[in-house]
Amino acid sequence: MSIARFWRETPRRYNLGGSRCTTCGTVYFPPRLVCPTCTHHRQSIGKMVPFQLSGDGEVFSFTIVHDPAEGFEMQVPYVVALVRTVEGPILTGQVVDIGPEEARIGLKVRATFRKLREEGKAGVIHYGYKFAPVDELPERPPAGRLAEAPAETARGEDRAPA
Amino acid sequence: MEAGIVSYGAYVPRYRITPAEIGRVWGSDGESMGQGLNVERKSVPAPDEDTITISTEALRMALVRGAIDPQQIGAVYVGSESHPYAVKPTATVVAQAVGATPNLTAADFEFACKAGTAAIQTCLGLVGAGMVRYGVAIGTDTSQGAPSDALEYSASAGGAAFVIGRDHVIARVERTLSYTTDTPDFWRREGQRYPSHSGRFTGEPAYFRHETECARRIMEASGTEPKDYAHVVFHQPNGKFPQRVGKQLGFSDAQMRYGLVTPYIGNTYSAAALLGLANVLDHAGPGERVLVVGYGSGAGSDAFDLTTTDELARFDRSFGRPVQYHLDHGTELSYAVYAKFRGKIQMGGS
Repeated sequence: MSIARFWRETPRRYNLGGSRCTTCGTVYFPPRLVCPTCTHHRQSIGKMVPFQLSGDGEVFSFTIVHDPAEGFEMQVPYVVALVRTVEGPILTGQVVDIGPEEARIGLKVRATFRKLREEGKAGVIHYGYKFAPVDELPERPPAGRLAEAPAETARGEDRAPA
Repeated sequence: MEAGIVSYGAYVPRYRITPAEIGRVWGSDGESMGQGLNVERKSVPAPDEDTITISTEALRMALVRGAIDPQQIGAVYVGSESHPYAVKPTATVVAQAVGATPNLTAADFEFACKAGTAAIQTCLGLVGAGMVRYGVAIGTDTSQGAPSDALEYSASAGGAAFVIGRDHVIARVERTLSYTTDTPDFWRREGQRYPSHSGRFTGEPAYFRHETECARRIMEASGTEPKDYAHVVFHQPNGKFPQRVGKQLGFSDAQMRYGLVTPYIGNTYSAAALLGLANVLDHAGPGERVLVVGYGSGAGSDAFDLTTTDELARFDRSFGRPVQYHLDHGTELSYAVYAKFRGKIQMGGS
């Protein structure tokens, strides 16, 4: 993948930046400009806002990869799963920190930041989300100091690349 | 000094290897080596982990725990001796990955094992001067010892992130003080894969001198004695050195209990003292005094005289795994898998 293409996708790969329809509330990842859920799609034009997924979810389905993609040779066999996030979208990603025998549908996972691949020994290193199991999913701090900050800037806002 | 620690997070990779397993491969008594070093196991990063991913995990944990808006972060400094890039800062990727960009300054720090504590001091200066609201200091490493070298039995991986600010401070910094000299005890030349060290010289004139001098000087400046501290954290290249330096200074095992983590996860280099501090903050209550003395080869020590505040009682430590989890858990690897994970096996092809 070219450096420029990957760089354009960093808001998604680093921070799970999706979008949310302010008309019906549906969350999308990757982000959409129009909401296909709204009866009249045109209703959503101009009403889609950036939305950052929390990264919490559970395994919807999975497969064990024995014939690795380039750059994943050291991790064979590894788990690739469809993860249903708590916000709704289903994401495809590698599940790390578990052996293949530990993978199961319904496993609680949380997004983790990992190295995706390297462009050889001298090239750039690409990073992004994978998933790792969590013991339980405690509620994120609800009130407290986060409530003092405007919700849009505290969480849930996509960050444009610098 | 008004600035202090507002939040913190810690991360240690999941995998472990024992000194006995390492010794089995090199024909030495690894178990005795481990006992001599007081290291039961050391952590090993997965093939897709490096100091950038470890730093990001630790900082994300700190930001959620402290309910901190990443856009309020004015500085991110990452201290490490194993940055993935020689040129391209670790701090840029970390800052982007936590949503702190673009209105901040960022840089990578290097001072052997004390780059993380040096970053804390820099953040204290920036916050104290009112230049930034929050400064982030991270100490992290995925260091390696050359195969069969004594360092291989302890060199491990981990990271801890500290958010420095003025609001809702959970640990007030009463004083910080450093002690620095030119002492060639441990180094890695440009382009070299593994570090070199000067054997026994790394002990007395390097580690012990700097740790004890720095600790004595900060206690003298603060007018305190060892008995005034509930907890003490020393740099811990192994589990034995910090115990010895603690006894030399007059600290008890009880004071060192939470600050000593190396016996269970190995020497995390730039993260070693900071993971010890994170473990102390995981267990401490309000109003407890903590002495932290980091050390970096080359050589220097940074000391911090901290007092936990009432804010610590309100601080949410439930998000993410506490340091104790990493000390108690882990998946053990054989040396062969460890060698594969750490890139020590020559692969075929281009």
